[in-house]
Amino acid sequence: MSNSESDLARRAARLYYDDNKTQDEIGEILDITRWKVGRLLSLARESGIVSISISETATPSERATTGIIPTPRSVANGVTDAASLRGFLTNLPSVDAIGLEARAATLATRSIKNESKRAALDTIIRLVDLTTLEGADTPGKVKSLVAKALVPDASDPTTPRVAAVCVYPDMVEHAVRALGTSIGDGETGISVASVATAFPSGRSSIDIKLADTRFAVDQGATEIDMVIDRGAFLSGDLETVFNQIVLVREACNRADGSHAHLKVILETGELRTYDNIKRASWLAILAGADFIKTSTGKVQPAATLPTTVLMLEVVRDWFHLTGERIGVKPAGGIRQSKDAIRYLVAVAEVAGEEWLTPHLFRFGASSLLNDVLLQRQKMTTGRYSGPDYVTVD
Amino acid sequence: MSFLEYAPAPESTSILKLQKSYGLFINGEWVDGGDKSYTTISPSTEKPIAEIAHASAKDVDRAVSAARAAYDTVWSRMSGADRGKYLFRIARLIQERARELAVAETLDNGKPIRETRDVDIPLVAAWFFHYAGWADKLEWAGLGPNPKALGVAGQIIPWNFPLLMLAWKVAPALAAGNTVVLKPAETTPLTALLFADICQQAGLPDGVVNIIPGRGEVAGQALVEHPGVNKIAFTGSTAVGRSIARTIAGTEKKLTLELGGKGANIVFEDAAVDEAVEGIVRGIFFNQGHVCCAGSRLLVQENVHDEIVEKLTRRLGTLRLGDPLDKNTDIGAINSKEQLDRITALANTGESEGAERWTLDCEIPTNGFWFRPTVFTNVATSNTIAREEIFGPVLSVLTFRTAEEAITKANNTPYGLSAGIWTQNASRMLRVADELRAGVIWANTFNQFDPTSPFGGYKESGYGREGGRHGLTAYLSNGDAR
Repeated sequence: MSNSESDLARRAARLYYDDNKTQDEIGEILDITRWKVGRLLSLARESGIVSISISETATPSERATTGIIPTPRSVANGVTDAASLRGFLTNLPSVDAIGLEARAATLATRSIKNESKRAALDTIIRLVDLTTLEGADTPGKVKSLVAKALVPDASDPTTPRVAAVCVYPDMVEHAVRALGTSIGDGETGISVASVATAFPSGRSSIDIKLADTRFAVDQGATEIDMVIDRGAFLSGDLETVFNQIVLVREACNRADGSHAHLKVILETGELRTYDNIKRASWLAILAGADFIKTSTGKVQPAATLPTTVLMLEVVRDWFHLTGERIGVKPAGGIRQSKDAIRYLVAVAEVAGEEWLTPHLFRFGASSLLNDVLLQRQKMTTGRYSGPDYVTVD
Repeated sequence: MSFLEYAPAPESTSILKLQKSYGLFINGEWVDGGDKSYTTISPSTEKPIAEIAHASAKDVDRAVSAARAAYDTVWSRMSGADRGKYLFRIARLIQERARELAVAETLDNGKPIRETRDVDIPLVAAWFFHYAGWADKLEWAGLGPNPKALGVAGQIIPWNFPLLMLAWKVAPALAAGNTVVLKPAETTPLTALLFADICQQAGLPDGVVNIIPGRGEVAGQALVEHPGVNKIAFTGSTAVGRSIARTIAGTEKKLTLELGGKGANIVFEDAAVDEAVEGIVRGIFFNQGHVCCAGSRLLVQENVHDEIVEKLTRRLGTLRLGDPLDKNTDIGAINSKEQLDRITALANTGESEGAERWTLDCEIPTNGFWFRPTVFTNVATSNTIAREEIFGPVLSVLTFRTAEEAITKANNTPYGLSAGIWTQNASRMLRVADELRAGVIWANTFNQFDPTSPFGGYKESGYGREGGRHGLTAYLSNGDAR
């Protein structure tokens, strides 16, 4: 086969397979006969210019629409198909809104003072996912965010580091580069969390959500914050919500067998009812979530204390059922130390103190850190300073 | 350091300016008492708070005469609108002095500051505000066009919610145009005496409110027997209530009794489990279980019994017992040695009768009176702890299979004060509530109080209603019918 002939075969193959032209149309375009086109296409297949493979297993979009994809967790709890998933979730005891809100309000009256407050402030910093999720984000902004994550308060070297920085997928490489050797899992170093799956609305195809996830993981993200399909959940299509989490969890896998940790954002502000939030929490855990997260921060209401108490009750119940601890991340709207301390109280009294580690609890926040630093400075110096004594990033 | 070891956060007592001793408050003046005085102590430390004068029968007579004079010359002639102004003024003063009152109540009673601050004192103010509004609207109370005050009301209150029980009695009595002689409980006179100060501060005419601390068998008995008293309102034990009823039988005196209880808290299989557990805790461990309407009998549907008990005991593990003045304390001190002995004896009976005892594993302070939160499972309906009012942090757990059985068991008590229903099925909730013979029935909540809602019991839990429009009828008569 001459070079000119293989070039011609390649061009014909492109037109036929990629552009869906008929053999007649290709003949006209290349100014050759239809029979010649047929011979060129055969040649392209035989010579390996074109290779055709037929998948033995279902494609992601096929898998996401036929029943549920069982996970080890779901199977262990008898959830193997759409009906058992629905049955499991609807059999959960419902939530009494007034009672839940009263419980949260009582937890919020705890008075955390002196050395307890000092320890709480440091704990909050260690649990922060320092976040920037703006259309206007730039490599420079991310670099600045990472610098703040590493040294939150240059005036006080005893200030701990935050757990993670949280950015959009295309900013992951800049965050990873800026962190250098300081990257870690939240405890060993600062983790890089990336939102993915058509964040914040989640309104795209599963293929695009998976590509988005893989891209972020390939760029070096150590944690993925995905959004669930709230539309599917509210319309009763629990299988789609479940399967998308399973597939995204698979997409978090790395070649070495490890995986980027998966936080599943329920967007509680759109699920509206506590019963929905409770069911979505269980669904996310059964599907493979490492963390359940309240909100994107783009919808109001974002994190609230009652919602977080409810999700903490779910992870506590899961722990008593299986011995496995799942993380919780309230995100959005937590701006003051005082509020964050109430969350710590809720974590410790509802789920247990074991949860007060970056592996099991995070605050998704941007402005919270500065308020904590101001409170910390006040405890050290005995004086309140002002917003100009902490850095704007 | 464990995060849960919250650093001490004690409420400051500096706001409370205590006197070494307190007299009786009669006719707008502080006077000495004729009975031997008594030192009120803080049950959490056993340290003395102040020396309290005790009223003799003669003092009671002076107080009743003062109340009668105030009724005849001032209070009964005043317009409802003007009486309302005094009550509004008292309500505002209570709000202004809320922290002081909360500290005093916690110190004297032993209940946590979190409760006095967030429950007792706000409710006290709410009660006065509510009845202040009624003072000029009595014609619309449903008692005919011209209802009349009864005259002098003798009021005897318990130690479990000292100032709140005062408010439940004094606010409607004054709104309806009566004058009062009030005897606080022996162990908790402090906030009633501070209330006397508030009356002075409000410029309330002399003799409208008289506060006479004293012993039940002396001052209490004299007040009940006094011929100048038109109305007796009593909150306390069924035994004392019974003796009061006997004493005034055949007289013109009107009587309301708010007595003991053995409230059933019924949890159905479809309850919102986590909130039900909170409600159980609130039902029996609120105020150390010193609550007449406490949910002391937990009736759980058998198929969710284990889950509920497991979640309950786990939740109880987070309760903090200790210094009542610490803002993080959930369980305070038992009010007196006497009450502690009674609770201890009844709990021991529970054990010896075969119920399974669970006790919160927590340290208790060396001084003061303390009882660890306790849950009995495998309780039979015939056990003493399922029948008698313990009035302490002790829960008896029983089971049922059907709604009918739950109703039967809940009603199978000489008492009938309160009950709770936990279910997400609204039609079942309404049907069960309809069948329960209890004065107050809470659905998906427990121990909630509001001045607009009547409160009171059936059977041995007493008679008459306090709170809301109904509460006025206890202090009014239909003027035309007389």
